[in-house]
Amino acid sequence: MTARSIAWVAALGAAALAGYAGLAGMRSGEGEPWASRVVYACDQRKAVIVEGVRSDEKLPPAKAQRVADLLTDLMRYCKEEITATIALDETITVEANGRVFHDYVPGGPLPIAKVSFGEPTPREEQIWKAELDKLVAEGDRLFHSDEIGTNGVACAMCHPNASNTHPETYPKFQTQLKKVALLRDMVNWCILNPLEGPELAENDPKMKALEAYILASRRGVALEAGKH
Amino acid sequence: MAINLTPKELERELRERSPDAERMIRSLQNCDRRHFLKVTARFAAMVAAAGVIQPQSFQLVNVANAAPAPGENPEVLFRFAYISDSHLFARGMTHRFAKGLIKAVDDVNAIDPQPDFILYGGDLAQLGRADELMLGQQILSGLKAPVKMMVGEHDWFLDMGAKWREMFGPDVYSFDHKGVHFVVLNSVQEEDFWTAKGYTPEQRMNIVAGLDDARQSRFEVGEEQRDWLAKDLAKVDKKTPVIVFSHSPLYKYYEPWNFWTKDAEQVQALLFPFETVTVIHGHTHQLLTNRIKNISFHGMLSTAWPWPYAPQGLPEYTVQMFRSDPFNQFDGLGDGTVDVLEGGAANKHYALWNRNPRTVSYADLAKNTLVGPRGHAGPSY
Repeated sequence: MTARSIAWVAALGAAALAGYAGLAGMRSGEGEPWASRVVYACDQRKAVIVEGVRSDEKLPPAKAQRVADLLTDLMRYCKEEITATIALDETITVEANGRVFHDYVPGGPLPIAKVSFGEPTPREEQIWKAELDKLVAEGDRLFHSDEIGTNGVACAMCHPNASNTHPETYPKFQTQLKKVALLRDMVNWCILNPLEGPELAENDPKMKALEAYILASRRGVALEAGKH
Repeated sequence: MAINLTPKELERELRERSPDAERMIRSLQNCDRRHFLKVTARFAAMVAAAGVIQPQSFQLVNVANAAPAPGENPEVLFRFAYISDSHLFARGMTHRFAKGLIKAVDDVNAIDPQPDFILYGGDLAQLGRADELMLGQQILSGLKAPVKMMVGEHDWFLDMGAKWREMFGPDVYSFDHKGVHFVVLNSVQEEDFWTAKGYTPEQRMNIVAGLDDARQSRFEVGEEQRDWLAKDLAKVDKKTPVIVFSHSPLYKYYEPWNFWTKDAEQVQALLFPFETVTVIHGHTHQLLTNRIKNISFHGMLSTAWPWPYAPQGLPEYTVQMFRSDPFNQFDGLGDGTVDVLEGGAANKHYALWNRNPRTVSYADLAKNTLVGPRGHAGPSY
């Protein structure tokens, strides 16, 4: 049984019990262990079962905030299906990938969710970084090489460490070109003019690598499209 | 009235206000540098007469705004010119960098009267090759005034200066001219980073040629040369003005780009005992001014390409130049002159090819009254 179906069953059961409680004239499910309400995260893969609240009952504000915080916390595990239960005593039980973890503290570790597509493993992080670095390094090489142009000039001669390229200001109206330009338009302008080289197609792997290097060198700089 | 008129708006404004405007505007369009100041002054006077506020693009550039007090406007003893950082490839006279140096030679030859001599500030070649240096020598041979050569790292690291010295003589020397002691240093020495790694001379040159290539060491004058300098200066009276030429700035500006001399403090210490010292350096390809105690530092313009200001460490004395326009090959480039004044101080003149000229006067540097677009949030980085 998947976590989701468990959640649904729990929700249905809670609804039935809540209906019974309603017949008995009870105004609130508070304190009733058989009453519960299920709240889903936007990905429909994370569910929080709140015990002591009927399925047709509004969550008290403090409880609602707690549920929202817990769902946000669980969203760290991108594609995992996770069901958490907030018991009457406020303890949290998490069920994921067929395993149950009691007394979960939001923000704490959930090792089972790291197996795949969840919180990345160190190995996964290494692979992602290596792949990114490979593209950036190729851009770095091209940026410092005379092979893009024909006259010996390289991008880095005027732009050491990709300085003065301000990629974060694109798109912008490039006054000299008299039209709105993207970073790649300026890269091509530089290739055509100071480097006297052949223009690159926009999907040319060399263009992608150059853009990757320039953008990666400006990590942390705020985007300011249109700034002059 | 808006302060920032575009040239077009200004033209319209003037045409309406002054009958002479049209003729003046036409003369400005084809004016060479020799006539530029004269024309600009007349233009500015007319603008003022017409009641139009001067727009930035036609402003008379007076880097310093303080009026000189009596005794602060000494006579010019003599003038020398400079050309620097041409970075030539051996790809003929039509390559863009060759065009830059040719333009500089024409420009300096047009100075009237001619300067006493011309300093070539280093980085004549791009990759230290004999054919690059020979192309440079050929273009520089067109200069009318005598040339004093200085070496840069791009001239040096292919063969450790062998060809350069064979062609131009010693890389470290001093001379006296009209009562001023001149010293030419080779400040681009680097601690050996190539032997252990087994780099070929070409690889070594390429690494040093990459401004942001962290595999190289930092520039230094080195102990041997500092000893030579100490001995050379020992013969010089402390009241004699000293002017030092170095390729790298003899202070610490930005380490990752070698806008830097590792033993700058030790070299400065040798210069502190003198009354008036001026350092003229290349390498940084930008308007750059600094002052440390008695030493004034001035950068030279490149004839090949301008460099952005570094993200950190810019001396506060520097009045920044707004970032150059890549669409104009010569913007941010140029040559210039240095007026050596009575008493040995120097006024530094930047002859920018695509912008108004700028002068950084000693009087204002000493008082730190330079004004400019300081506080502009990094015009180029």
